[in-house]
Amino acid sequence: MLPEAWIVRENLRETEDVVTLVLEPGGSAAPTAFAPGQFNMLYAFGAGEVPISMSGDPGDPTKLVHTIRDVGPVTAALCRLQPGELVGVRGPFGSHWPVADQQGRDIVIAAGGIGLAPLRPVVHHVLRHRGDYDDVVLLYGARRPSELLFTGEFESWRQSDIQVVVTVDHAPADWTEHVGVVTTLIRHGKFETEQASAFLCGPEVMMRFTAAELESKGVSPDKTWISMERNMKCAVGFCGHCQLGTEFICMDGPVFTWPRMRNLITVREL
Amino acid sequence: MKGLKEVISEHAFFADLPDGDRAIIAGCAQMASYKAGEFLFQSGREAEHFFLLRHGKIALELQAPGQEPYRFETVGEGEVIGWSWLFEPHKWQFDARAIDDTSVVKFDGKCLRGKCDNDPRLGYDIMKRFARVLVQRYADTRLQLIDVYGKQGG
Repeated sequence: MLPEAWIVRENLRETEDVVTLVLEPGGSAAPTAFAPGQFNMLYAFGAGEVPISMSGDPGDPTKLVHTIRDVGPVTAALCRLQPGELVGVRGPFGSHWPVADQQGRDIVIAAGGIGLAPLRPVVHHVLRHRGDYDDVVLLYGARRPSELLFTGEFESWRQSDIQVVVTVDHAPADWTEHVGVVTTLIRHGKFETEQASAFLCGPEVMMRFTAAELESKGVSPDKTWISMERNMKCAVGFCGHCQLGTEFICMDGPVFTWPRMRNLITVREL
Repeated sequence: MKGLKEVISEHAFFADLPDGDRAIIAGCAQMASYKAGEFLFQSGREAEHFFLLRHGKIALELQAPGQEPYRFETVGEGEVIGWSWLFEPHKWQFDARAIDDTSVVKFDGKCLRGKCDNDPRLGYDIMKRFARVLVQRYADTRLQLIDVYGKQGG
């Protein structure tokens, strides 16, 4: 599968080391529908290719939106791209957050750090179909206030009856939101645990403890999904780089039900 | 206006406490409120109280001379704050400052310690409740310390 050329329309600085690229089709590329939670392989010419989740609105497939954290040579090259430059795109790949199937239920979105990016399409979906759900709560944690993503959108999300509860690990004295790990926010969100569906994305340790805390409060593990990240290369299940036990993260995931992953992500050798 | 016993029974920390015990501890309690920015307690001072938060948010802070206070945790509605009243030397180790206008049920620790000493069954119950909170805070602190949001290669 060959990459298609997309044109960078915007490079939006989110935090010190995170940017959002807004891409439009270039050349033979055509708009492609995607589901929340899916990812593309983004190719920075001359540097390499990495999997990056969609962070845009699945209801608007005319552009691709990817939020990228600069953690290595390829992501650094992607973060440097300026409007008018080209990026190679393969995708979309992978499983998705089944938010459309959760009508009538409460929705809990728990994100840590850059993990809010793959979950923002869930928020967009909920915003477009707000009447389909009961209580909706976003629990979001980051290291410090300056590392929170999409803060400019929180107010409009709140106005659409989404509870946005934010915490950081370290805060200056003028910070008026919560301080502490994201798991502590579960007791501050207002939702019915028995009728909640939960979507979790962030560092694996954070997801483990959040899923366990949700389960202890009464959220069904079968109604809890997490998004996994591994070293993906081919994205179509051939190369085996992202294999985790019997699962290929690129093809079977990245979104899994919690019971499928709960035993695998604690295996030291994996 | 709700009475103390009713307010205490509605708070998660004491919600399942038997009625008789609730009446006993209510004798050591009073309603209180704090404006945003006001301290509930400050490090080094006598720890004579603990607090059930009804509304608002409290920050726990550590002071260091010449530096901004280090805010390491917040406690919100439905939670409890303060356990130094239980253990000698009964001195606060940190500052607690209201972030929002906050209302609490404030317990007199010395009064409650006396009742627990006279009724070890009640004392054990109270101790278990605080132990649960301490264990939870300890687990939360571990997660905070490992810096889960740190960078991974890619």
